[in-house]
Amino acid sequence: MRKGIQSLLLGVSAAVALSGSAIATDLDITCRCVVGGVNSGTAEWIQKKIIPAFTEKMKTQGKDVTVKLTQFGGEDEQLTQQLALDFSTGAGPDISAFDGFLIPSFVQGGLLKPLEEIAGPDVASWDGWSHIADGTKALMSYQGKPYGIALGTDARMIFVRRDLFQKAGLDAESWQPKSWGELLDAARKIKAADPDSFPLQLNAGVSMGEATTMQGYWMALLGTGEQVTDENGKYIVASQGILDTLRLYKTIYVDDKLGDQRAQLLADGRNRTFANFRDGKTAMLVEGDWFYRSVTAPGAEFAVADRDKVMTWKKMPAAQPGKGLRGQDFVTISGGTGFVINPHTDAPKESWELLSFMNSQEQLTAFQEIQPAIRIRDDVAIPNSPFLTETAKTLLPITTARPNDANYNKVSTEIQRMTESVVSGEMSPEDAMAQYKAAIVAIVGEENTVSRL
Amino acid sequence: MKKFSLLSTRAGAVFLAPAAALVGVFVIIPFFWVIFVSFTNRTLLGRTALDPDFVGLQNYVALFNPATFFTRGQFGFSLVLTIQFVLLSALVGQALLGLVLAWLSQSVSPSVKAFLQTTVIAAWILPEVVIGFAWFAFLDYDNGTLNMIMRSLGLPPGDWLLQQPFWVIVFFNTWRGAAFSMMLFNSAFQSIPPSYFQAADVAGATSWQKLRDIALPLIRGHVVTDLILITMWTFNVFTPFLLTNGGPSYRTEILSIYTYRIAFKDFEFGKGAAVGVVIMLINLVFALAYLRIARKKTAEAE
Repeated sequence: MRKGIQSLLLGVSAAVALSGSAIATDLDITCRCVVGGVNSGTAEWIQKKIIPAFTEKMKTQGKDVTVKLTQFGGEDEQLTQQLALDFSTGAGPDISAFDGFLIPSFVQGGLLKPLEEIAGPDVASWDGWSHIADGTKALMSYQGKPYGIALGTDARMIFVRRDLFQKAGLDAESWQPKSWGELLDAARKIKAADPDSFPLQLNAGVSMGEATTMQGYWMALLGTGEQVTDENGKYIVASQGILDTLRLYKTIYVDDKLGDQRAQLLADGRNRTFANFRDGKTAMLVEGDWFYRSVTAPGAEFAVADRDKVMTWKKMPAAQPGKGLRGQDFVTISGGTGFVINPHTDAPKESWELLSFMNSQEQLTAFQEIQPAIRIRDDVAIPNSPFLTETAKTLLPITTARPNDANYNKVSTEIQRMTESVVSGEMSPEDAMAQYKAAIVAIVGEENTVSRL
Repeated sequence: MKKFSLLSTRAGAVFLAPAAALVGVFVIIPFFWVIFVSFTNRTLLGRTALDPDFVGLQNYVALFNPATFFTRGQFGFSLVLTIQFVLLSALVGQALLGLVLAWLSQSVSPSVKAFLQTTVIAAWILPEVVIGFAWFAFLDYDNGTLNMIMRSLGLPPGDWLLQQPFWVIVFFNTWRGAAFSMMLFNSAFQSIPPSYFQAADVAGATSWQKLRDIALPLIRGHVVTDLILITMWTFNVFTPFLLTNGGPSYRTEILSIYTYRIAFKDFEFGKGAAVGVVIMLINLVFALAYLRIARKKTAEAE
């Protein structure tokens, strides 16, 4: 009898649950973030702040919404791969983290739709837009239409370990390299003081993916006064700037062995470079501010002990003073990552509500408490983080961005291959550039390229 | 051979229909689809995803372009690498090692034989991801078991995955796949009447002479079967990806990994499909050779 009642109750509750789910909405959100792992702050923010607050808010409107966070622990490239395949088959999460530079190629491939087309007029009437500058709106836009909202922007610089400088008799405080020569000199002095160290790290190779292109190649190339494309948007396939950049790589990794060549070639290379910095083997690492905000933050896997005493940062110099992009002495580049809505979502309205909720002033401010960063909204302050305030003030005025072009991510892969050929010692800079030229011509067509040599 | 039927033709067709439908949907249609896609410049991202052009044989011409054929990271390089990989790891490695193990286990005590076979077969049946990680840990430069052994013996540690990546995957595939050859040869040896060997023993033959003059000629059919099967499997194996990702600098990018990179990392579906078609043709040759020998064997048996 008791069993009978139990099963009856079970049946009733199942029926209730089923009828409930008829009006309930399930939303999936994916990011490359794991609590206690990579981008831990983002995962915590979504898990602890966004999800409870959003479900509560929807409940007050009489809607039953469940939000599930999928924590993706793999590499950026793997998430891109998964999203591309998912979006092309109508699968995938409703909302996903996304790097802005991929938007043009996804849009042209028919894998993303403008926010307005997905969620309707609610998008245009969102009050948040008035607090987002056009430049940051453009980070997740293509041809003037937003496909997602960036969480913020960033900048790249040289991270420096004071303790290693001190060991080599250098003063990290007053040191600010004004040319590649000064950068290499410091690296050589540190190498001489500790032959087992790899004092300088400029990302290269295929396995680091876009981190190679953004944090490594661009940071050097901009210092030669060039960019990946010319002023008409044509890809530069042969130039003195490319050669100089590749020669810098060769000096660092092959000739003078100032950097950890193995870390550039192994599959888990990027984490190795983080570990090198944490373990005091690398004194100078060219990375984005993410490295400070997330990678070396207290409690993270690569946390640097006593971070604010040990670590400082310097501007990346041009090859020679005044030889950088636009005649600058120092260079940097910015990107933006944020979240997009899957065009195949079953719940476009709710997805937009979630996305805009995440980018509300209240929620971004809550994010700042977990992990301070340069946020997109002008009404979200950078709280009590001298590092970010200072870098934003110094670097954002001199920054630039990647071309907003559907071919860019393919070109970027070729850049990674080109740098790998050089740092592995397999090709001379001249041969690597010739191979790059052939590859780019095959991708964009000869008429969209330009040779400057 | 007498013809008989367990079921009427109609009933047989009904029972076969679901399987035929599945094969049609998941094998035949994709087969022709891949051939079709290989004549286009279809991609997953970018303009050619929505609006691919028919490019005729362009993808195939690009694959066999003599100017870049042997360049690292191109089709020809991967093809040559795969042939070397098959020769070394499948024919020399797996088949020879399997033969030696099977021959040795004919004369050792049953407990040793059981231990030997369990060890070898374990390497074969463990899940690929598990052994991939295990080997990665084994070969790691800083904390790997192999280098710990090298250091304790006073030998210099090796940076195996970076300096000898090709030999790593050859060795790995040999270790992984020797079990199949061993089991096949083992059962083949056991099918030989023991009296043959006893007679040879009386005549004072050495183990090598017994293998060469009695065992090998009698199991020739098994040897050919084994060689064709493991060649085909090794040709298509993807597991080395778990160890090296095809790198560093494409030095372990055998054809299966090359296809994966072109189609699912670069998202060049058209070109990837062309590679797939070429690989299918190569496999077809193996399969035909195998079927022919199998048919001959059945004919001999009757």
